[in-house]
Amino acid sequence: MTCAETFSAYWLRSLGIGERLLPRADITLCDQIVLIGSGLIWNVYFGVLALLFGFFLSITVAMGKASPHVWIRKPAEWFIFLFRGSPLFIQFFLAYLFFLQLKRLGIGSDLLTSAAAGAVVVLVLNTAAYSGEIFYGALRSIPKGDLEAADAYGLSGWHRFRRVTYPTMLRLAWPAYTNEAIFLFHATTLVFFSGFPAWQQQGDALYYATYFADKTFNPFVPYPIVAIYFVLLTLTVIAGFGVANRRLNRHLPQERRTRLKIRPQVIR
Amino acid sequence: MTCTDPESLHGIAWLACYLSSGKHMLFYSSFGTVLLLLAITAPVSLAFGFMGAMAARAGFAPLRWLGLAYTSVVRGVPDIVFFLFFVIALDQGIEYLRHEALCPGWTEPVRQGNDFIVCPEAKAPLSTAPQWVHEVYNFMLAVFTFAIVFGAFAANVLIGAMRAVPRAQMETAEAYGMSRRQAFWRILVPQMWTYALPGLSNLWMILIKATPLLFLLGVEDIVYWARELGGSKNPRFSSYPHGDWRIYYFLALLVFYLALTKVSEVGLGRLTRRLSHGQATAAGEAMRKAGA
Repeated sequence: MTCAETFSAYWLRSLGIGERLLPRADITLCDQIVLIGSGLIWNVYFGVLALLFGFFLSITVAMGKASPHVWIRKPAEWFIFLFRGSPLFIQFFLAYLFFLQLKRLGIGSDLLTSAAAGAVVVLVLNTAAYSGEIFYGALRSIPKGDLEAADAYGLSGWHRFRRVTYPTMLRLAWPAYTNEAIFLFHATTLVFFSGFPAWQQQGDALYYATYFADKTFNPFVPYPIVAIYFVLLTLTVIAGFGVANRRLNRHLPQERRTRLKIRPQVIR
Repeated sequence: MTCTDPESLHGIAWLACYLSSGKHMLFYSSFGTVLLLLAITAPVSLAFGFMGAMAARAGFAPLRWLGLAYTSVVRGVPDIVFFLFFVIALDQGIEYLRHEALCPGWTEPVRQGNDFIVCPEAKAPLSTAPQWVHEVYNFMLAVFTFAIVFGAFAANVLIGAMRAVPRAQMETAEAYGMSRRQAFWRILVPQMWTYALPGLSNLWMILIKATPLLFLLGVEDIVYWARELGGSKNPRFSSYPHGDWRIYYFLALLVFYLALTKVSEVGLGRLTRRLSHGQATAAGEAMRKAGA
């Protein structure tokens, strides 16, 4: 097979479209690049969905933790402790088994035990806890003067939140939130190693890389390919969040604008 | 109470016998494996980090580049990929070096298509070695991998901490006539820990949460045993038949990790207080005033 043929046969393999059998013998570099790239679709899918839903949930959690009412504050604190205090790996396992239990009891559906939906639920809750803590920190460091000015203008309740609290919180939290997003994309590689099955060998980038490493006994090709793909993904995330960062800071004088400082962490 | 005939037992007695079976003892000892990994990895990666930070500050340029390259390469590569990659690479590297040293007469290539073949004497550990040697070898590979990865992160924290020590402290050391080396060991190193501690605490928390990856590295850790023991047991093959109990085992693991995190938080809080004592920082100043 030429590389072009390989591409058309495998570039959507992770979604179950194209050639059914994975390459077994005579694995070429082209096979590895195409198939691992195909798996990256899943990483992007998990990451984007988790970021989207996690964003709204995390702001709710942050507001909850900052609430003066004990009955709202305590659950938010426990939620954050539960998801930040335990490994994501264990959370995936536990969630999968929990969904399996629900299915046996007839409450849940097949959907939740599949990686496509079940893993997204876990990732949303997990990122909501981590970014909830980030937004809570930002909420606490909103300059007092800004809030006093809002009071002086007669803003209160929803209006004060929408016009003053929320934009300032977002602006202050954005560099840390960018790190969290990068971190989240890296965490999506754990999904298929933690209970959630890869149905008909439709897996993510790391799933196919491990497949190739097992088949060829040569880790020096597939893993660096994954690494390069993730570096590119990370750069894309940084670029996207950088645009948002500039927009959030556009009203400030140049020297007071917060710069994005990228410090990806190892694993959660 | 005897556990010789589990079928005759009920309720608490059955559970007590079940939870003290031989395999469960292995499960409990695997918690020790995790704690052992933490106990070995933390100081080793701190040492790696310290060397990395020292190299990154070195006056000799190639050494400085080496230190900077170490921290940035390991930090740039995504997490789990590094873990999966490094263990195989390390294993094959060791076997290749042994192969070169022990079997000079071996003419066939090591890489034959899709296979990696070394002579039998170069296998690490030898295929004739007892099971425990294999387990210890796997564990050591895991420790080394963790230490390399976390060492890079620790190096980054320590570089920042060394830069954070007030310049005046080093100038005072120079004024007292200390050499560069003396100032480093007597002034910089004792003072940098208070600046490094927030970063190192964070790293410790991440290290705790990275320990389930031992399972992926082929070590029989708590995740391995939770899957093994929790899976449904058939009456024909087990004296303690039960359904799928994995969820309870994983709940136990969750509680273990949450407890470990909580204990660490309290412990690190105390350490922070300890290290702030007598330091030229706001926290140290507050403690001085409170004491006076």
